[in-house]
Amino acid sequence: MKNCEYQQIDPRALSVSPLSVQTHTEKKEHRPRRKWEVFPGKNRFFCDGRIIIARQSGVLPLTLGLIVVTCGLFFAFDCPFLVEHLTIFIPLIGGVLFVFVVTSLLRTSFTDPGILPRATPDEAADIERQIDTSGSSTYRPPPRTKEILINQQVVKLKYCFTCKMFRPPRTSHCSLCDNCVERFDHHCPWVGNCVGKRNYRYFYSFIISLSFLTSFIFGCVITHITLRSQATKGLVQAIQESPASVVELVICFFSIWSILGLSGFHTYLVASNLTTNEDIKGSWSSKRGADDSGNPYSYNSIITNCCVTLCGPMPPSLIDRRGFVPPDEAIPAASASEIELPPFTTKNDANMCTQSTKDVLERMIHSSSEFNGLCPPGTPKTTPLVLEVSSVAAPTAEPSPPAGCSHQHPRRPALCPPFDRSNKSDALHSINPAFRLASPSPSLSRSTLILGDAPDIGFNQLH
Amino acid sequence: MAETHSLQDLQQPAVSSKVFVQRDYSSGTICRFQTKFPSELESRLDKQQFEETIQALNNLYAEAEKLGGKSYLEGCLACLTAYTIFLCMETHYEKVLKKIARYIKDQNEKIYAPRGLLLTDPIERGLRVVEVTIFEDRSIGSGR
Repeated sequence: MKNCEYQQIDPRALSVSPLSVQTHTEKKEHRPRRKWEVFPGKNRFFCDGRIIIARQSGVLPLTLGLIVVTCGLFFAFDCPFLVEHLTIFIPLIGGVLFVFVVTSLLRTSFTDPGILPRATPDEAADIERQIDTSGSSTYRPPPRTKEILINQQVVKLKYCFTCKMFRPPRTSHCSLCDNCVERFDHHCPWVGNCVGKRNYRYFYSFIISLSFLTSFIFGCVITHITLRSQATKGLVQAIQESPASVVELVICFFSIWSILGLSGFHTYLVASNLTTNEDIKGSWSSKRGADDSGNPYSYNSIITNCCVTLCGPMPPSLIDRRGFVPPDEAIPAASASEIELPPFTTKNDANMCTQSTKDVLERMIHSSSEFNGLCPPGTPKTTPLVLEVSSVAAPTAEPSPPAGCSHQHPRRPALCPPFDRSNKSDALHSINPAFRLASPSPSLSRSTLILGDAPDIGFNQLH
Repeated sequence: MAETHSLQDLQQPAVSSKVFVQRDYSSGTICRFQTKFPSELESRLDKQQFEETIQALNNLYAEAEKLGGKSYLEGCLACLTAYTIFLCMETHYEKVLKKIARYIKDQNEKIYAPRGLLLTDPIERGLRVVEVTIFEDRSIGSGR
């Protein structure tokens, strides 16, 4: 793969005179880059890669704000009265629930949901080779799927054009984060992150503890107002004395329905070892009756399913955010992009460079550009956000926290867009090659060759 | 980078090709690799040796993902401490991953390197493949 011309370079000559073109690479030698800095997906990293969050944090600040404000009002205005008239345990329980809710929420938002790292160029080339050899070489085979047997059930694995690999079962590509996520449940705008294999238990504990918290606050506020109105002999007076309680009451009243509904829905999912994605798509519902359930991943026991999903072993993060980029892997990315680009000092630059290279190549393949902008699925990606925002803003004046998620009961289309978009973008990807009967496969093999040859081109220019 | 590359080129044999052993999903989403012997390795390695290595890896991953009293206990304890316990303690999975890394290093030193092969730890490839790098069969150290 790497050219032998490099042996003719005198290492001593190069080490003496630092060329301007080499400054960015020398910077890399002095400051080894961490993998999060060159991460291709749409994520943001904090604390030197320890914290990961989706680029569009959605309404996470709103969720946090609502929870903190409601609890703050509760502790400030309702608790003194209730401690006096009832018991000290009320603020204690409220405090414990509040801590649980906030830590679960932050954990859900800042944990890697199970992102699969993209295939290395070698892997992608190997898969391409295997697909090409199985079909004719004159035209690109139709949408890439692979059928496998899981527990005697046929499951189709789809090829992800962005990550260049066959997606493992239960994995889905989130178009908002531009990552394949294992055991993809959904992308939750309230939490500002995808919910997948690694953070589903945190998400579940968040909604359960939030259900308890809102019910608890609701009950306490009702008790407070009732007791106060008995003391002052008037409901209106009681409300006038404690207006904050009304605010809390309204927030909790609207939240309770959606959160309890969501908790119930996810409890059902946990018990049957399903994901929201699979439930919405109805992946296994048609097969019900054939086995105990059509779901090949279910253990056919509610308790086992619950234990596995919630208390199972914690898989590690596969993207190794804080690892260092090995120098030989950094080279193809650096030289594959044009040498004239400025040195890679920010993650965005590196991201855009590698992304733009891949996209230039992909655009060469998909000659009719239905996709504008840098990212091929750019158009579909922007619309889900718009739809999410409208579905969040539209329903209530006081938006209850997971209203967007919970409205999947009466209004499933609200959540469908992310899934449908990712499916559509994949479908669009897969449809295109079939239409391009003229020059699909050769250009693809050319593109992989270009990826392979790029380092040579880059290095030749250095001489 | 060119100077580093030429040094690398001098110190390491050239990579001839890479073979990828894919995941085996027949028993679900647990981590298992296919034990099918790739044809590119026929000239370099025993089929049985390779299958033993992959089977040992599969067993280790099964141990990491095993569902049982111990893993449930760990999960419940973690939940009760609001997952702060992982700040001071390694998960069972991480411990087994270290074991796997040691095993692969050991196998590379004893079996694969003498045959001009190199196993890459699957965790570095997102647990998708076991990458076997085949090096060219030529003498190392030519040039400076």
